[in-house]
Amino acid sequence: MKILVCISHVPDTTSKINFADNDTKFDTNGVNFVINPNDEFGLTRAMWFKEKQGASVHVVNVGGPETEPTLRKALAIGADEAIRIDTPATDGYSVALQLADVAQQGGYDLIIGGRESIDYNGGMVPGMLAKMIGANFVNTCISLEIEGSSATAIREIDGGKETLQTTLPLVIGGQKGLVEESDLRIPNMRGIMQARSKPLHVKQGVEQSPRSQATTFEKPAPRGAVKLVDNVDQLIDLLHNEAKVI
Amino acid sequence: MSVLVYTESENGSFKKTAFEVVSYAKAIATELGTTLTAVSINASNTSQLGVYGADKVLEITNDSLANFDSQAYADAISQAATSQDATVVVLSQTANAKFMAPLVAVNLEAGYVSNVVALPKSITPFKIKHSVYTNKAFSLTQINTPVKIIGLGKNAYGLHETSAAAVSEAFSPTLQQSNTKVISVDKATDKVTIADAEVVVSAGRGLKGPENWGMIEEMATILGAATACSKPVSDMGWRSHGEHVGQTGKPVAATLYIAIGISGAIQHLAGINSSKIKVVINTDPEAPFFKAADYGIVGDAFEIVPQLNEKLKAFKAQNA
Repeated sequence: MKILVCISHVPDTTSKINFADNDTKFDTNGVNFVINPNDEFGLTRAMWFKEKQGASVHVVNVGGPETEPTLRKALAIGADEAIRIDTPATDGYSVALQLADVAQQGGYDLIIGGRESIDYNGGMVPGMLAKMIGANFVNTCISLEIEGSSATAIREIDGGKETLQTTLPLVIGGQKGLVEESDLRIPNMRGIMQARSKPLHVKQGVEQSPRSQATTFEKPAPRGAVKLVDNVDQLIDLLHNEAKVI
Repeated sequence: MSVLVYTESENGSFKKTAFEVVSYAKAIATELGTTLTAVSINASNTSQLGVYGADKVLEITNDSLANFDSQAYADAISQAATSQDATVVVLSQTANAKFMAPLVAVNLEAGYVSNVVALPKSITPFKIKHSVYTNKAFSLTQINTPVKIIGLGKNAYGLHETSAAAVSEAFSPTLQQSNTKVISVDKATDKVTIADAEVVVSAGRGLKGPENWGMIEEMATILGAATACSKPVSDMGWRSHGEHVGQTGKPVAATLYIAIGISGAIQHLAGINSSKIKVVINTDPEAPFFKAADYGIVGDAFEIVPQLNEKLKAFKAQNA
């Protein structure tokens, strides 16, 4: 089984979000970048496929050289090879188009993406990629088992879950549940050393024009101070008469 | 040219988000000087959509669409859009809508923007505001393609009634055999889901253990609310993952969010940012949640929550 895990390079979850150049660009100053959490759950699930079912695991990212440490981390966790598509990640559609090219050339059976990246939250790349390459697709995937060419996946739905039977080739939009938080792996020294000599291929992107682009960013308006109350009667009164939400 | 909106239903009845997306799509149609067509799948009572501004409803009735299938649903919506020469397609952000929207975008060669929070800022060029960085910021994004797909965030626009009446007609899409089958659905039918809820009652580590959730569930029952929890609580297995709210869990866009014994980590606050009113109950006056809340009580949940439940019960009885 050949697995491709799509890795998004994102600010870590505790980052303060600021913008530069007249609010047209994310300010990377002082920001620590990590593997997108939804992708990391998928990468760890891929490691289990590697260890238990002999799968080979490649990781891919769309972005400039600054994203390579994130790919090296994925290699240190245990991926066999990495691919960086050397073009800026603009909108979801162009990222999916770049990935589709790699996916088709590599003949992967399973492509694991994240439900969404925690920076743009578009939630569109895995679905678009699946449609472009004609693969089956399961979004918000919280469990995945593969036997031969058949796959059993559980996806989160509003208020519950749904079990699906489908076939390879398959693309999933993964999230927590594929593996648990406690299953995530911190690269050890041996992994980090090995990652240095694993292949990291740099590939030119295919030509295309973005379907959408961010023009400016803004932060939410600062909120007023909290109103502290001493008792529950006051709280109910405020919720009813002032906020009008009960 | 027209505007098309997908109106989601469950067991034949429209979801509340269906009326919200129709209200929103009507405003865009008016701005563009064109008509609004809604498309429904196995829904009854489609005349309800006229109340919110649909001029026409394409009714799809097909047993093979009884279970949600992303490919089949995406194909059906895409064919409906093409038949109406739609230049703007509006969907909600339910789990199913988010699942199929990217497929519709590829079908229609359209630019897609999700988590939209307002009407387009301009039509030419088409610029629209949506939330990014898990509600920590907004982006004004320009869509360059002739067809645009908009995923409208829950409670971002609200319901707006007009007096129009909708004309219904049957629509039969051409569907391919699907490779994906639904084996089973596991869904509590007696509980309000976080996605549908107007009020969410959420609790954290301050509750000390899963055995203490009775009072949280009681409050949820009194308020007709959904229950939710913080990340540590779901990681420790006190509550199911489906209740985890925050950056790697679920987003909450409720009208009222009550946080009990949750300190307010930045990842949690990001997840609830689009909720309207936030109430926090915590023993620690320094808890970061107090900076993000509208109302707060500094105190012990084990004392306050039972009192609050009693008073809320009385309040509900009086205001029923």
